[in-house]
Amino acid sequence: MTELRSELKESVRIISGNAACAWAARYARVQVISAYPITPQTTIVEKLSDFVENGELDAEYIRVESEHSVMACLIGASYNGVRTYSATSGQGLAYMHEMLHWAAGARLPIVMGIVDRGMAPPWNIWADHQDVLAARDTGWMIFFASNHQEIFDTTIQMYKICENPNVFLPAFVCLGGFIMSHTQQPVHMPDQSLVDEFLPEVPKNGWPHFFLDPDRPITHGNLQNPGGPNIDPSCWYYEYRYLIQKAHENAKQVIIDVAKEYQKKFGIFHGDLIEKYKCDDAEVALVSIGSLADQAKIAVDNMREEGYKVGAIKLRCYKPFPTEQFQELAKKIRVFPVMERSMAFGLIGGIVSIDLKAILYQHPKHPFVLPVIAGVGGRDVRVEDQIEVLKTAVEMAETNEFKTELIVSGLHE
Amino acid sequence: MVKLKELIKDPVAGEEYFLKGNSSCAGCGGELAFRWIMKALGKRTIVVAPASCFNVTIGLYPRAGPAIPYLNMAFAAGAATCSGIVAGLAARKKLDPSMEDITVLCFAGDGGTIDIGIQGLSGAAERGTDFIYICYDNEAYMNTGTQRSGGTPFGAWTTTTPTGKKEHKKNVPMIMAAHGIPYVATACAGYPLDLYQKVLKAKKIKGTKYIHVLAPCAPGWRFPTEQAIEVGRKAVQTGMWILYEIEDGKMTLSGPSKNLLDKKNRKPIEEYIKLQGRFRNISPEDVKVLQKWVDRQWEDLKIRLACQS
Repeated sequence: MTELRSELKESVRIISGNAACAWAARYARVQVISAYPITPQTTIVEKLSDFVENGELDAEYIRVESEHSVMACLIGASYNGVRTYSATSGQGLAYMHEMLHWAAGARLPIVMGIVDRGMAPPWNIWADHQDVLAARDTGWMIFFASNHQEIFDTTIQMYKICENPNVFLPAFVCLGGFIMSHTQQPVHMPDQSLVDEFLPEVPKNGWPHFFLDPDRPITHGNLQNPGGPNIDPSCWYYEYRYLIQKAHENAKQVIIDVAKEYQKKFGIFHGDLIEKYKCDDAEVALVSIGSLADQAKIAVDNMREEGYKVGAIKLRCYKPFPTEQFQELAKKIRVFPVMERSMAFGLIGGIVSIDLKAILYQHPKHPFVLPVIAGVGGRDVRVEDQIEVLKTAVEMAETNEFKTELIVSGLHE
Repeated sequence: MVKLKELIKDPVAGEEYFLKGNSSCAGCGGELAFRWIMKALGKRTIVVAPASCFNVTIGLYPRAGPAIPYLNMAFAAGAATCSGIVAGLAARKKLDPSMEDITVLCFAGDGGTIDIGIQGLSGAAERGTDFIYICYDNEAYMNTGTQRSGGTPFGAWTTTTPTGKKEHKKNVPMIMAAHGIPYVATACAGYPLDLYQKVLKAKKIKGTKYIHVLAPCAPGWRFPTEQAIEVGRKAVQTGMWILYEIEDGKMTLSGPSKNLLDKKNRKPIEEYIKLQGRFRNISPEDVKVLQKWVDRQWEDLKIRLACQS
């Protein structure tokens, strides 16, 4: 069984986005998988089943009765110090929400593919970020891939980031429902031996911080009182929560280092926390996530041909938020239009634009953030739509007048 | 049946894995049950405790009563977490053979089993996860202050059934038996040796094992703390709680319940309910309803036992 796996040689496979998730999990030699089927994630768990049952992946596969149990299983497994993987979508992610907090609070390096989709009602199974962004503050790191190669590479990188002792956090790797999950693209895969060299070895004795070992018995997750300097100094709940924040801060440098190291070893770079496209002289940069970010490059090229100084920024890592990178970019860039497939109901904008506004609010250059909702529930976003948004942003940069109304692109009249 | 005299000489059973100074209430049936369960399971055990009194009785951080690896867990997640631990151990074993022979135990309350946890429990049983699931049933949400659960008996007062519960207790051991798992048993904290014996048996069986332990709760059931054993025994002697085992589908009555198939051997349920404040306001008509329900449980058992032989 092991022999067969190590035989994996460098090759290019034309596969779906979902297959890229499964292949990455196989290359990472995950030891425990737990999953529950949900459209459009289903073919990931099917492919992983094939790998395991064909003896190509030596993993325990727990086919559970709900997503809540998916995450409970992975938490139980990860407490044992093993590498774990799952994937889900939309309603499934919402259903396991309680356990997302648990995984992050327990500081377990679980990696999960999210094939993002709209939240019901009405039923919707197409690309939309409402599901993922509702898990914004659970403590998980959140990555968005913009093409199939990036799905594969990011998933592998993620194990190295999550299992870093300065991080020890779980992470999502997101891909758009159907737009990415069910389309085919070529994906370059290296020799298994190179991935084995790249990823850390799973410790024989469990993670250094958490383990379930009868020879070293510890009780996990005891009740803790609020505490206070003069009340009971043994109450650490608040401090544990703060350490999750610290881990997110630590993760930023780790993400940058791992992206560089990956580039050095495999010759592929998708950006670190962000990827900049023609931003050096740009006055306007379109911020987007997922497949929209890849398409934004075409919109930028078209605009450049007409002489506009515009660029694009792919938000590859949403959590931890690339605060420092955006603050640096804002020294030159005047307007950041943000096009996104989510709604921050009751506020003006999608969820990411609200966060970007918050971190740029006190910037000395006072850049504009232009929130644009687009492609909700998988509605097609055309290059022309992105160009239109860029032109509106260019106009804002020229007139220095901020548009206050929310732009809702592609909505029926 | 193991004799107490022999047992106290056994160094393994003499060990305590739930230590003195824990935060359980005086006269806690659940704590008594847990101590005896751990005596049977021994040191190489990993315990998962979904939300229940047993997240609190272990003691506030950094104090901890369990002398074994103990994982506090989310309410609905007890059984699934055990599936994950078992899978994780299987993966670990490939690298580290010393991870052999570890028992995984889910120790959950009636709320975490009968109500919010039943989906995960059913799933784990259907998958045949190799673990022991023990429900300590104190017949209400005692950790939050006595709210009714699916395990609360008809007529009992709780803070959410102030005039008495209108529905009967859910029969989860039989639901678990319907999963076709190799071992199902009931026990009572009032008969710790019977419980000990059943846990020892479960430990040796591969697959999903389910044990449902009635655990009298002095503050919730409203009886003096020194009467936990007596109340538990009365529950069995009146037939309110039936002790049995189902091994590979074959049921046998155990302990004092063996002789109670004939109604005239069972004490009237009044002897049980009069000991407890939670039945203080039950009407004579409702006592009849409850007695009728108890008798029906026994009639159902009679049919099952007759069909087996």
